[in-house]
Amino acid sequence: MSEPSDPVRRIKAPVRLEYSITPGQTLSRFLAGVIEGRLLGRRCPSCTKVYVPPKGACPTCGVPCVDEVPVADTGTVTTFCIVNVPFEGQAMKLPYVYGAILLDGADLPLLHLITGLPADQVRMGLRVKADWLPPAERRPTLESIRWFIPTGEPDATFDSYKEHL
Amino acid sequence: MRDVAIVSFAQYAVAHTEHDEVEMLVPVITEVIERSGIPKKEIGFTVSGSCDYLGGRPFSFVMALDAVGAWPPISESHVEMDGAWALYEAWVRLQHGDIDSALVYAFGRSSQGDLRDVMVTQLDPYVLAPLAPDWISLAALQARAMLDAGLCTERDMAAIAARSRRDATANPAAHVKGDARVEDLLKNRYVVSPLRVHDCPPVSDGVAAAVLVAGDRARKVCKRPAWIRGIDHRIEPHSLGVRDLTRSPSTSLAAKKAGVHGRKVDLAEIHAPFTHQEIIVRDALGLEGGVAINPSGGSVGAPDRRM
Repeated sequence: MSEPSDPVRRIKAPVRLEYSITPGQTLSRFLAGVIEGRLLGRRCPSCTKVYVPPKGACPTCGVPCVDEVPVADTGTVTTFCIVNVPFEGQAMKLPYVYGAILLDGADLPLLHLITGLPADQVRMGLRVKADWLPPAERRPTLESIRWFIPTGEPDATFDSYKEHL
Repeated sequence: MRDVAIVSFAQYAVAHTEHDEVEMLVPVITEVIERSGIPKKEIGFTVSGSCDYLGGRPFSFVMALDAVGAWPPISESHVEMDGAWALYEAWVRLQHGDIDSALVYAFGRSSQGDLRDVMVTQLDPYVLAPLAPDWISLAALQARAMLDAGLCTERDMAAIAARSRRDATANPAAHVKGDARVEDLLKNRYVVSPLRVHDCPPVSDGVAAAVLVAGDRARKVCKRPAWIRGIDHRIEPHSLGVRDLTRSPSTSLAAKKAGVHGRKVDLAEIHAPFTHQEIIVRDALGLEGGVAINPSGGSVGAPDRRM
């Protein structure tokens, strides 16, 4: 038994909260498309930028993005990082690459895993394509794309994506 | 002090929305700015109030900014609290004198989590939160103290619910409305005794927004601006054990500082999510008979759909 005068150095105060998140109408459309293997962006009527995943309103202009625009599941790596830090629940073997991928037809890059080549060979301008799960395994989440893998095309020129970094 | 007025207001409220924060905000912000008569680009300051615990997502105010449009760069702030607190920051900001208008908005999707669990996280984490008293139980303790002190009866509480529901019929944003007889309400079951369903507030998702404008500009853009003649904020002690739960000295003090106490008041919209709290706040404000309290229907009047 500790003496009453012993300082209490730590208490346990576990907090657990459960939520059922409603994605909203814009994101719901996008996630329904993912199950079908389609990537649906939205175009801002004011600045004409195409957002994927779509946004209810353009962050720049503050107006609703109502026009739905299908974009390709191929794209260009605009920037990336190599993950070397282990953490709990990590599914990928170290080192692995997380990158910003500018899908063809989109104006803002999407974040996803990049694999299919050694981590130290991933580079800006690398052309990649989505590696989809089989249709039966797809769910309304971007995890329905396992990762992006190289297409084998020549690298995109810096000029082609410099406005999207 | 610089004169500041509310020149426009807009809101959206439902029991459960299928929209995300941005989708809820866009029409409301568009409406409040249009009605203000101030071009969007001329708004000098933007401030929002929200609580991430309600929606269950971190930094939700950053995403919500999409609804405002932040380019060219805007002067913007956020409070991890409610819309009233955001409005206070806007009022203070307008006192600086270099800008003459501000957009204030608040949003929340309380229906996504279980409020009875979520609200526990606001309690003292050492001795109170581990006991996990939910907010309805805490309000029930307070109501019991009111009844024991002879400060109200369950019938008084039901009468407040009945009046609120009746008044809510004129408010499109209110959830439950209509005629309710006190006799019938008193037959409702207890949620947590002595609170019955009608004594408790609804869980709702929604957005509210206002545009504040200072001085002559307010007179120019609005025929009848709602002038803010006093504003003050206080808080009760965090620890429940050191308080008399039947009184709200912080409300009295704030009312005195804001110049309300003892003055003639025609109408008071007060935040009293549980019926007995209207009596506490009414007395703390020194409101006498004849004052129209919560003609909007107030924050009670609609039961939590999970109760």
